[in-house]
Amino acid sequence: MSGAGASRRAFLVRASASAGGALVLSLGAAGCGQGRPATAANRRAGFSPSAWLTITPDDQIFFYLDRVEMGQGTMTSHAALVAEELEVDPARLRVEHAPADRRYDNPAEDLGFQITGGSTSVRTSWQPLRLAGACAREMLVAAAAEKWRAPAGECRAEGGAVVHGPSGRRERYGALAALAARQPVPDRPRLKDPREFRYIGRALPRLDARAKVDGSGVYGIDVKRPGMLSAVVLRAPSLGAKLEGFDAAEARAQPGVVGVVRVSTGVAVVAQSHWRAQRAAALVRARWSPGPLGGLDSDRLRAQYRERARSPAKAVRDDGDAASALARGAKAVEAFYEVPYLAHATMEPMNCTAHVRGRSVEVWAPTQSPGLLREAVRKLTGFDEEAIDVHTTLLGGGFGRRLAQDYAVEAVEVARHFDAPVKVVWSREDDTRHDFYRPLTVNLLRGAVDARGEVSAWLHRIVAQSIVSQVGKDWVAAIAPGGVPQSLKALLGRGASGLYGKNVLTDPSSVEAASDFAYALPNVRVEYAAVEPGVPVGFWRAVGNSENGFVVESFLDELAHAGRQDPYELRRALLAGAPRHRAVLELAARKAGWGSPLPRGSGRGIAQVKSFGSYCAQVVEASVEGGRVKVDRVVCAIDCGLVVNPDIVRAQVEGAVAFGLSAALHQQITFRAGLAAEGNFHQYPLLRMNEMPRVDVHLVDSREPPSGVGEVGLPPVAPALANAIFAATGRRLRSLPLAPALAREAG
Amino acid sequence: MITFHVNGRAHSIDVPADVPLLWVLREELGLTGTKFGCGMALCGACTVHVDDEPVRACVLRVGEVEGRRVTTIEGLAGDAGLHPVQRAWVEESVPQCGYCQSGQIMSTVALLRARPKPTDQDIDAALSANLCRCGTYQRVRRAVHRAAGLLEAEGGGGRAPSAGGGGPK
Repeated sequence: MSGAGASRRAFLVRASASAGGALVLSLGAAGCGQGRPATAANRRAGFSPSAWLTITPDDQIFFYLDRVEMGQGTMTSHAALVAEELEVDPARLRVEHAPADRRYDNPAEDLGFQITGGSTSVRTSWQPLRLAGACAREMLVAAAAEKWRAPAGECRAEGGAVVHGPSGRRERYGALAALAARQPVPDRPRLKDPREFRYIGRALPRLDARAKVDGSGVYGIDVKRPGMLSAVVLRAPSLGAKLEGFDAAEARAQPGVVGVVRVSTGVAVVAQSHWRAQRAAALVRARWSPGPLGGLDSDRLRAQYRERARSPAKAVRDDGDAASALARGAKAVEAFYEVPYLAHATMEPMNCTAHVRGRSVEVWAPTQSPGLLREAVRKLTGFDEEAIDVHTTLLGGGFGRRLAQDYAVEAVEVARHFDAPVKVVWSREDDTRHDFYRPLTVNLLRGAVDARGEVSAWLHRIVAQSIVSQVGKDWVAAIAPGGVPQSLKALLGRGASGLYGKNVLTDPSSVEAASDFAYALPNVRVEYAAVEPGVPVGFWRAVGNSENGFVVESFLDELAHAGRQDPYELRRALLAGAPRHRAVLELAARKAGWGSPLPRGSGRGIAQVKSFGSYCAQVVEASVEGGRVKVDRVVCAIDCGLVVNPDIVRAQVEGAVAFGLSAALHQQITFRAGLAAEGNFHQYPLLRMNEMPRVDVHLVDSREPPSGVGEVGLPPVAPALANAIFAATGRRLRSLPLAPALAREAG
Repeated sequence: MITFHVNGRAHSIDVPADVPLLWVLREELGLTGTKFGCGMALCGACTVHVDDEPVRACVLRVGEVEGRRVTTIEGLAGDAGLHPVQRAWVEESVPQCGYCQSGQIMSTVALLRARPKPTDQDIDAALSANLCRCGTYQRVRRAVHRAAGLLEAEGGGGRAPSAGGGGPK
């Protein structure tokens, strides 16, 4: 769940080709024989058949989780994958976040570095982690066979032990660890048939639940180190403002303050505790001069984007002849759709702890990418990769925000000035105002229906910033093989960025769900105009799917009504050649009782969006009264291939609906004079308990390989809600968020 | 010197009286289960009990708890294991990222003390100021009802209800 978006395949395939390295990992034997966990953090005595496992002689089984736990359940689902093949109860695994290490690179062909995002965790670990478990199992069985001088075929793994069938002898894994470590690593360990699964496919309880209900779970903000200092950074009053100077005499004189230093993000006040630093920071007088973004203003940007949308842009899909079909249509519809900038608003504000010692550094961070973090710190410090030790903590939410490593780099910058660990904790206001936002987009839509009411033409022109053009620089550095010099990485990064920024290469995350929808429409043209106002943008849960899904599914609804067709039946007909799309659509409609009567003032809306390899359809029931909308029920159907843990899939979809409703109803970041006007939760509201609808989640039973989950439940909810509001009121809302627009219209 | 009880233990702390209780708990006493989310009593992540009443520790000055009893998430579990509300949370697999859950649980314990059999409306009233970004609300609601059942089965809500409603003060 989290937001490194969609297919960046094109980008990274090119990037990897340019970098001269074969970065696309073969999954074949990735789970075996990659050597033992090498870093200090994981150097434990025992049997380590791979980078993921250590079995100690005292029978503890350590599992090094290479995808971070930020709520999406990797700790539980990944433990099940490895435990299934290892033949041990997943609850027996001692799960620790893995350190930064290239062996933990995400094998997704469009990623290629150590990252948790893009709803990839189960789909890319599905094979390697089972292989890791199977490999260990076979070595343990071989060890027992050797010990008992019995044929391996007579021995089997079971419940954390190897059992000799004929004699009934039994040995715990721990007792076999030393002998197992001397066995040859199997080339192709046997994976279980899905019919043999004991843990995969079951709603096993979350392994992280206990630590999250008794206060013992350690998030980044909870890190404690001996002698630790705490820092508060005074940040720019407008994005990109330049610090001209500061007067910190009074702050320095406060009790507990140990220093005030300048860093690239502002002025860091460092004290013996956070509250002392915070008090002293209020006394610093800093002088700033506005940078190029000093005049940034959302209204002006929208106007510019609208203007840009009036002239043609680069086609990213061009089927048939949309222009002539539009001219010929019996009925034409034209509309602008807009979505605002959005902040991530993780409940745990940005924070990071760093301890610099000579030319090495330890970092404790709630990061979605230990790999990117290490690369970013290396770029800052020039330290050797091996001298940068990354400890990943629990994450109090990620949603894509923690793919950016700015907060970690900042902590290292501050910590360099001190002979102690330093923790930097951001305020909520700083967290909201110094985010990497979901981009503002303006969309021009033109459609036509013919005399029979069938959709005959579709034009969609997207005006938006490219995320990849901003983050690409860092990614090239992170995926490049170790030997590539920094200067070359920088050059490649700038080159790739420029190509995306100028739309020579199209950023797939800008057009996903718009250029690749499955509806069998005859004349479709999708255009993308890349604009670059310089606003920091980033991956936000479901990325382009969350924006384009709203636009496409709303406008299709408009065309259905223009052609006097039922919005569900129209979709169903247009998905005749797309069986998995159609199956979730039909399932959601059936479970929601599509077509059955609703009270006056209530309406149903439907939408479906495929994202991250999975299929999701939703029906929203909403009621509108006096300018206020109430979401009564959301019925979801999801096909994410084979389900590893159905309860976690349901939880992710329920959560994605809530996340999507926060955005659909309430949220927007509005730039005024170069800074977000919104700071805290009263200005940037999250959905609340009293607004939470009943959410029913229906899973499609599938034997297809697992596909994405964490982000997939989000894209359909905003359009399904807007469509429901239309059904209830006859009012078509084309800009998010919806609640303020409804209230305004009601006067 | 400010003296107060936290989870049954007396503490004397030498900090200015206007430091928020949240940071005293987290930094002076090392009780990091209570979370910082907003600093303005807007999100509920820092909810603790003072004399059994739910309060937002991020805006409560430590001087105001002089001589009073503070309970944090770390103080809920007893010798017999997790508090029934915590157990209900585990059984319903409520937490996702988990960051807000200490606050959700503390608000719920207070709610159930005031209203041992809460309706959905009671739950909305007591918990709508506890924000969850992961969107666990549906499960929180289920867990509150389950916890009410567990508490009833264990003898009428455990402790006597304290005065006032369940909502945060």
